[in-house]
Parts: sequence; structure tokens; C-alpha cells
Amino acid sequence: MSDRISIRHALKKYGNNVIIPDLSLEIREGEFFTLLGPSGCGKTTLLRMIAGFNSIEGGEFYFNDTLINDLDPAKRNIGMVFQNYAIFPHMTVRKNVEFGLQNRKLPKDKVKEQTEKFMKLMHVDEYADRLPERLSGGQQQRVALARALCIEPDVLLFDEPLSNLDAKLRVEMRTVIKNIQHSVGITTVYVTHDQEEAMAVSDRIAVMNAGVIQHVGTPKNIYQRPANLFVSTFIGRSNVMKARLDVQDGRCELVTASGYRAQMNNVQEKYRTAQDVVMSVRPEELLLSRDADAPGISATVDDCVFLGLMTHYFVHLESGEEAEIIQESSIDSIIEPGTKIRLTINTDKVNLFTADGSANILTGVQNDCAGA
Amino acid sequence: MKTKKVDEWIVVSLLLLALFVVFLLFPMVGLLKQSVFNSDGQFSLDNFKRFFTYTNGYYLKPLANSVKVTIVTTLVSLLLGVPIAYFYSFYRIRGAKLLFVVAILCSMSAPFIGAYSWILLLGRSGAITKFLSALLGVKMPAIYGFKGILLVQSLKFFPLVFIYMNGAFKNIDNTLMEAAANMGCTGVRRLVKIVLSLSMPTILAAALMVFMQAFADFGTPMLIGEGYQTFPVMIYNAYLGEGGADRNFAAALAVVAVVITAIVFAIQKWGTNRFKFSMNALHPVEKKEAKGIFGFLMHAYCYLLVGIAFMPQLYIIYLSFCNYKGSIRQGGYGFGNYVQASKKLLSRSIKNTAVMGIIALVVIVILAVLIAYLVVRRASALNNAIDTISMLPYIMPGAVVGLALLLAFGKKPLALTGTFAIMVISFVIRRLPYTIRSATATLMQISPSIEEAAISLGASKAKTFVRITVPMMANGILSGAILSWVAIVTELSSSIILYSNKSITLTMSTYLAILRGNDGIAAAFAAILTVVTAVSLLLYLKVSKSEDVRL
Repeated sequence: MSDRISIRHALKKYGNNVIIPDLSLEIREGEFFTLLGPSGCGKTTLLRMIAGFNSIEGGEFYFNDTLINDLDPAKRNIGMVFQNYAIFPHMTVRKNVEFGLQNRKLPKDKVKEQTEKFMKLMHVDEYADRLPERLSGGQQQRVALARALCIEPDVLLFDEPLSNLDAKLRVEMRTVIKNIQHSVGITTVYVTHDQEEAMAVSDRIAVMNAGVIQHVGTPKNIYQRPANLFVSTFIGRSNVMKARLDVQDGRCELVTASGYRAQMNNVQEKYRTAQDVVMSVRPEELLLSRDADAPGISATVDDCVFLGLMTHYFVHLESGEEAEIIQESSIDSIIEPGTKIRLTINTDKVNLFTADGSANILTGVQNDCAGA
Repeated sequence: MKTKKVDEWIVVSLLLLALFVVFLLFPMVGLLKQSVFNSDGQFSLDNFKRFFTYTNGYYLKPLANSVKVTIVTTLVSLLLGVPIAYFYSFYRIRGAKLLFVVAILCSMSAPFIGAYSWILLLGRSGAITKFLSALLGVKMPAIYGFKGILLVQSLKFFPLVFIYMNGAFKNIDNTLMEAAANMGCTGVRRLVKIVLSLSMPTILAAALMVFMQAFADFGTPMLIGEGYQTFPVMIYNAYLGEGGADRNFAAALAVVAVVITAIVFAIQKWGTNRFKFSMNALHPVEKKEAKGIFGFLMHAYCYLLVGIAFMPQLYIIYLSFCNYKGSIRQGGYGFGNYVQASKKLLSRSIKNTAVMGIIALVVIVILAVLIAYLVVRRASALNNAIDTISMLPYIMPGAVVGLALLLAFGKKPLALTGTFAIMVISFVIRRLPYTIRSATATLMQISPSIEEAAISLGASKAKTFVRITVPMMANGILSGAILSWVAIVTELSSSIILYSNKSITLTMSTYLAILRGNDGIAAAFAAILTVVTAVSLLLYLKVSKSEDVRL
């Protein structure tokens, strides 16, 4: 069985210090849902409220239709994987994995069978009788996962499970976690501050900042049509520049600080008025031309970094603003620092926000966040 | 919205508080009360007035003596202990492990055995004194008094400094040393500006430890001090009463002693906070080879120091196998002393020590684990109060604990004088603060998420505590418990006030045999005591598997 998780008007504070002011969220049955945000944004706090390790100062938490606010953590039937694995160091791998089952008074052979099954699934059965201190970080994390899955929980919770692993193992383990989650289909809440990791594993992501959910959507959606400026700069890299929106005869034009104009066909109805805007354009959405007379924003190359597949250019514009551009490396030559160039903008992909950065004024934003 | 359920642990907190109120606060308040009444039962500060103004500073003299000898002992212990710790941590010493183990053995032996053995070596009719006067006609200066106390205590306490400083030096990251060298700071300058400065909090902690133990030491000044009376000896004498016991006056003296140790404790706390920072060496310092004359001198210093410190214990074991007639040594060797000792309550002493020690140990471990858990995992005003109260005995010299318990439980409703119970209570009170510290330190290193993992897997709070928390603390608790065991076995200063013929311990029997001047039997008792402590400590080193001896 897998649960739908509903959080309504959650409030968390330590003393007078409000961590989460008012948060509502729906996590669908069986989905892989990630809480993503900078450290201190309250994502782990929220996860621990779901788990029952943090008190809830206000609001309601439901698993399906059951209110769990005051339910003992031991009775919530959750499988939790911790940042530091939290493997019991004085028990063998087998004892660790079967620990949860033994709290349920199952018959002995059933416990043994279930333990074997999940140790095999996570490929830790060959270490069954070892103590955890003799396992590598990756193996310990597999044991932690086997232990969490073994009780066939209704909800799986991950608290930054990969942050203690080295880069290569991190990529390997996130694939393992994603595949296992898909095969067992348990509702999963995953906390991370690593946006690439979040994109790699999640069905949907909630981007959090300062205890407030900024955007809930698919990885593709939050990358391409971020709901506000924070999401746009937190997910991936963005060049942020001041610009204006000009409206003439219902046609919208983007005017950059240097006077370059580009037509925008996807501005939302309600924002079609002349106003100051903030333009967020990703490094790969700026197109670079060596022809200094071509139309576009004129700029000068400051530095370039060759990274194999891609080459990064760091430039400054006439207006003094700086920007980063990523281009596929070409075989002929790299543009030398000091070269004058022209930039044009991929208007299908660029994002425009209100002057205060609080909302995306283009169409196509999908934000499941209940408050938005 | 949120209704907070009453935590089961609150019951435990209240129970612990009740225990402390009955067995710790009640005796201490009683002691304080007793000190401000005169023998007619009227309120007065006469006891304190008498202490401060009696003719020629009759009572102030022992206090001055105590402070003087304790401060000098502390300084000498630091001067002896810091260099050996430095050599041990930064240079390769042949047989380093052995040196370390022997040093620990010296520091944990019963306090008065060293004094007794040194008397037998350097006293008026000591072996070395006689040997030198017969051979060279040299008359050795008397070992008794200030010099004797200083010698015995310094040799007993420098290993404490050694152990403490070794822990601090190990935490110094090698890159700090390299960074200093890189900026042109090497040799002695680096030793002072980097190594010793970084270790300042530990130096202060070690100094406090030595001060407290030396100040409270009763056995050493009693045996070797002769006319040089110290404060704990005076409390004991006041209690016994040369001219009839004056308990009120003894209580007043005890209060003064606690005030002094409390002040020293406060000064140390203040000092430590000023130098506070945390260190954790990712790259421990690699031990260097010491070459040439420096290497030779370094080895000579380490071996000579530890050798001299260990000599009294070896000598007493040697003597226990010599034949005695009365207190006169005869030729030849045998087990005669042990046979004689067995007629003097030997088996009862051993049995009592084992029974009372183990009961006290079990109580200490249970209380320490519970308190550590409450303080670390369920911090609240109530639990912090319990923690603070439990640390009070830390500043109470043994003689004070003994006196307070005697005054509190000498009459109904809780008449415990002369029973096993009062001895066990005093053992628990004396050792609990140390065991709580080590249990707390152990628990702080265990991530709470491990307990949360158990709870999320459906284990109840009680089950999580018993199956996860306690086993993970086991190693730290066990090693702490063995050290407590050693301290209990060698406890003298409170036992001497509380013991009875029925509840006599091995340490008390040893002490009494020494007082009776029956050297052969005393040596046998002391040898057994020494071997028991040594075996316990070797067990401790095996269990703890590390050099971080937490006292």
C-alpha cells in the first residue's frame, strides 16, 4: 500500500523563530517527490515533521485521509534513509535489515525470507554477517535502503542520502534509488540541496526558500519555466539582466538596457503592459556571433574556458553587465579574450519576470504549489 | 492545536531528582546546618570564628599547608608530565606503549601505598637510607613532611597530566605545525606559541584535576606528613576529636574545604572558557625519530621518571614475599605474610570490596546512563538541574562526603551508620560525576538519527533505548566503569569515616595494617591491592582499545 500525503497550513517554529510559516503541499500516491532548496530553507525540517521527529506547531498532516500529527513515529509505517546512513554499528547487516520486521512479531521464517529478499534486492546479501564498520559508504547506504524497504513502508523518506558519498558513487546510487523506487512504487519524499540530483531522480520537485515553497513541478517545467526569479537562479545557471517590456498594438517587445529589441509572443495576457522586467537567460540561450556588425547586444569577451564538449565564455556587455555563455565547442578556434562580439537571445527559451522577481510573466508556467 | 503528550522520561527525571535530594542534597544541607550551630544546639557562627581567629592560626596553619603543598604539587606534576607527554606524542620512543601503561598504573594505585613504600625506602629506617649511611656514611635528609608529600603526590599525579596532555597533543593537526614552520616559527618558539597554546584548555583541566585530587588526598599526608598537618587530616582529626568529638566544628571545616574547591573549580571553568576552541586532527602529527644526544636524554628522562614512580609498587610487592617476624624483617622469602594477613580479615575485606564495589558500580552505571541520556537527548530545565546537582560531589573532598553522610544517616529515620549501604552510597556519590561525564561524552558522539532510524522502523522508545542506545554506549560505559571500579577499590578518605569492622574493605585493611606498624602483613595487603588495581587497569586498556583514558 502506498499513501498520498497532504500537508495543510503547516507551521514550524523553534521558540519565536519561525522556520516554516504556512506550507501546504499535496504529494501524490506512488510518486517520487523531491524537496529542493538551499541549506536552511526548512526542507529537512519539513521531512522530519512528516517522519514525526519534529513537533508540529500548526496545520495538519495526512497520510491518505488519516491525520498523523500526533501519531507516534514508530506507528507511521515509514521507511527512512538518513544522511549518515544511521546503520546500527553493533549489529550485523542481517540484524540491521531485519530490525524493523522484528518489531512486528512476524513468524521467524517470514522474517528470514523477507530479510533475504531485500538484502538480495540491494545486493548486500554477501555481507549479511559482517559488521557495518567493514563496509564502504556505498554499501552502508545500500544496507540502509534495504532496511527501510524491508518493512514495506507506505512512505519512503530520504534525508540527503547521497551527500556523504563521493561524486562517482553519488551518480551510481541515485540511479539505484530511482530504479528501486519505480519498481516498488512507494510514495517517496526526497530531500536534497543538489539540483542535478533532484532532476535526475524526481517525478516532481518542490523548490523551497526560507520555509516557503516557490514552485512545484516536473524537473523540465521548473528548469524551463521557473515560477519566479529565485527558482530560475537556484535551478541551473542564469544570467540576470534588467530590461523593459514595450507594448505596441498588442505586440510585446523586449528591450534590453543596450537598446536591443526582440519580439515576445508568449507574454501572459495580464502582464501585457509596458513595464520594467527582469530577464533571466541561461548561458546556452544566448547566441553568440563573431560579426561585430550583426544585430544584437554588443559585448566583449573577457575570458573563455574550454571544457571539452562545451566552451564557456565570460563577457561584459556595453551596459557593464556581465554574462556567461555556453556553446558547443567547435573544431576551428576559440574566440580570444578582447574580441568584440554580438549576442542575440533565444526568445522561445528566455524567461521574463516582474521587476521584483516574484512572478514569471510568460505563459507555460505550471506550478502545482497550492498557494500559487 | 498540538497537544504534547507527557513523556515517559519525566518519571525517570523525577525519580533521579528524588534520589539526589535524599542522598546528596539532604546530607549536604545537613552538613551546612550542623556547621552553623554550636554544641548547645543554638545558631552561631562560632565554629567559623574559631577556625579563623584561634590562637596563632592553629587551624589556619593546616589550610595554608594544604594550599601550599597542593599548588607546588600541581606545578611539579605539570613540569614532569607535560615534557613526557610531548616526547611521547611527537617522538618515537622505544617501548612507548609500556611506558604509558606503567604510568597509568602509577596514577591509579591506592594513594597511600606510595607514601608507605617511600617511607620504607627513604624513611628513618628505610632501605635506601640505611644502605647509604652504611656504605658512604651519608645521612639522608628526612623524607617526612612537606618534601615527602610533594614527592609522593607529584609522582602519583604527573601521569594524570601525561594522559591528559597526550589526548590534547594527538588532536593537533600536523598541518598547523607545518603552517607554523612555513611562516618561520620552529623549534622551541613553535612549541610555546603553537603546541602549548593550543593545549592550554587541557593544561588547565589537568591542573584542576591534580589540584582537586591532591587537595583532597588524605592517606598521603596522614602517613608521611607527620607534623605537617593538612586540611583533610584536620577534618578527620576534628571529627575523631582529640578532646572529644566536635561534629559542629568538623562540619564547619568541611564547609570551608568545599568553598575552596568550588572557588578553584570556578577559576578553572572561567579559564577554560577563555581558551576554548575545538580541534580535530585530520592529519595527526607523525612521530619523529629523536637522534643523537637528544634522543638519549629523552629516553633517559622518560624511563627514569616512570621507573621512579613505579618503584614503590614493585618494592611493596617484593617486601610482601620477605619473611617477617613482627615488623622486623628476617632473611629468606615465603608466603608467611599472606598467611598472617589471612588471619586479619583478609577474606572478609576482599569479599566486602567485591560485593560493595560491584553493587556501587551497577548503581553508578545505571544512573550515569540515564542521566547522560536525559541531558544529551532530552535537555530541559529539570534535566539540566539534575546534571548540575550530580556534579556537586566533584568539588567535595572524600572526607567531606564521609562526614556529611555520617551526620545525615547516623540517626533515625535512616540509620545507616556502619552498614554496607552507607559505604555503597559514598562510593556512588564519589564516582558518579566522573562516570556521568564519560557516558555523556560517549552519547554525544552517537548521532541521534540512529535512534530515529530504530523508531521509524517501529521500535518503541524503551526498546530503542535498550537495544540501540545502550549497546552503542556500551564500550564507553564499560571503560568508564572499570576506572570507577579502580577508584572504588582504592577509596580511603570517605571510607575511613564510614567503615565498620563488618563493612571493612581491602583498602581499609591495608591502611590499618600500616598504622599498626606490622610491615609484613601491610605489605601483603598492599601487594594484593596493587595487583587488583593493575589487573583492572590492564582490562580497561584492553576494553577501551585506545589511549584516551577518561578519568
